Amino acid sequence: MAISEAEVKKVARLARLAVPDDRLEAYTQNLSNILNLVDQLSAVDTTGVEPMAHPLDMMQRLREDVVTETSHREKYQSVAPEVEDGLYLVPKVLE
Amino acid sequence: MEWETVIGLEIHAQLATNSKIFSGSSTAYGAEPNTQANLVDLGMPGVLPVLNKKAVELAIRLGLAIDAEIAPRSIFARKNYFYPDSPKGYQISQYELPIVGLGHMDIQLENGDTKRIGITRAHLEEDAGKSLHEDFQGQTGIDLNRAGTPLLEIVSEPDMRNAKEAVAYMKKLHALVRYLGVGDGNMQEGSFRCDANVSVRRPGAEFGTRAEIKNLNSFKFIERAINHEVERQIDIIESGGKVVQETRLYDPDKDETRSMRSKEDANDYRYFPDPDLLPVEITPADIEAVRATMPELPDAKKQRFMAEYALTAYDASLLTLSREVADYFEAVAQGCGDAKLAANWVNGEVSKTLADNEMEIAAVPVSSAALIELLKRIQDNTVSNKIARDVFAAMWNGEGSADAIIDKKGLKQITDTSAIEAVIDEIIANNPGQVAEYRSGKDKLFGFFVGQAMRASKGKANPNTLNDILKQKLEG
Repeated sequence: MAISEAEVKKVARLARLAVPDDRLEAYTQNLSNILNLVDQLSAVDTTGVEPMAHPLDMMQRLREDVVTETSHREKYQSVAPEVEDGLYLVPKVLE
Repeated sequence: MEWETVIGLEIHAQLATNSKIFSGSSTAYGAEPNTQANLVDLGMPGVLPVLNKKAVELAIRLGLAIDAEIAPRSIFARKNYFYPDSPKGYQISQYELPIVGLGHMDIQLENGDTKRIGITRAHLEEDAGKSLHEDFQGQTGIDLNRAGTPLLEIVSEPDMRNAKEAVAYMKKLHALVRYLGVGDGNMQEGSFRCDANVSVRRPGAEFGTRAEIKNLNSFKFIERAINHEVERQIDIIESGGKVVQETRLYDPDKDETRSMRSKEDANDYRYFPDPDLLPVEITPADIEAVRATMPELPDAKKQRFMAEYALTAYDASLLTLSREVADYFEAVAQGCGDAKLAANWVNGEVSKTLADNEMEIAAVPVSSAALIELLKRIQDNTVSNKIARDVFAAMWNGEGSADAIIDKKGLKQITDTSAIEAVIDEIIANNPGQVAEYRSGKDKLFGFFVGQAMRASKGKANPNTLNDILKQKLEG
């Protein structure tokens, strides 16, 4: 299975990654190679095999519903680019 | 040409947990910004989400109430998109294998018929933070206190055919969520919100293209938003256009929906299983443990009220809209021993006064015990039903108990026949003309005499005694 340049561009845009035009062909080739490798797994007969959701053969441990955290806002916000009135500020977003 | 509307709803119910779905931060509403957002909620590198047991139990609770299959094995997935109020760059949700599978709920239509609405699934996910767009020198302020609050997204089948059915479904689910204690259902605080998928088609034809209306947070808006969207789509099709699949936002001020996201990739979420979370296993024993704590459900309660208290379906459904109202009614019915009287008062004076004051039953100033005392005074003929309403209003205003108010205001009903006779004699003496007319066959004037007598006794005459004496005297 190969991936097209258009698909690489789309995936990059969705992941907010900049792919320069002169690197596009190399990315496409490398990703196609990986996909081709993964594709070989399709040759295996998986009839009756339950799809795996996680490589560890364990079940999720659950947490009791207890508040264990206190506020460390000052500490966290000391590394934020900009804050005001306790809010993190980001470039304006409007739908 | 006739059009048929097709509606499916996605409802987000915030779950009643103390801590977040994947972290130990508090979920309490209204805290100072970002004081309930820890490293996990902020999406810092190297942190691990750990699932909240209570969130799983509450999801199972809702699932059992809608007769759904609870998945023995359920997995979490990442829903990938970029928005500043979602700091990880993805939302932890469920895609394949949601915790709650296919279920259903019956709604009551306006004509009294029952309609079954399918519920496709319900899955656990985390809420996003809040974006504040005003007043930050052209920047957006982000409060992540809500980020990571547990939500149950309940997705219906496209089974509703008009806005009223959608409202009936939403109200019923809202009541159910509160009954079960799954969530507080507070719509102002966003604990219960709804997205509506709306399309139109010729009756019997394939489904039309749908638009999704986002974030409807009141029963009134959802009905209006759907009706407007239906009109908009019909206009487009009838003038030769095509409905585009998109997300639209309802603007209650302008009473219209407008396009919200038209970015071509907006719905490409690239879900994949979250490697930070293992599959969740739910055993039959876990399910039975939750089932053992389930309260009586609204429909079962309604049937029981009809059977046990001989109430009409109408009275019973009003009384079972919320668990608090149902409990209040039952306390009053058992305390006064007359369920019909109790139902009339709870559905009448009590709910009317609550509505007038925009209050919920939880805050009712007249306790069930206080109301029982008042109803007993009706039953023993101390006051008439009409005077009792005045006493109730005084009780509501904190003027004291029923007996204290009746006593203080001298509202005790006059059952002493000689006192009533004296009043009537005086009225007959003062209105010779009307008396003559009545006696010559103008029966309707009876009401006039009752009115006069009631006024003269300041409403305190026992109505039955008054009627009897008046009739005797007038027959003369």
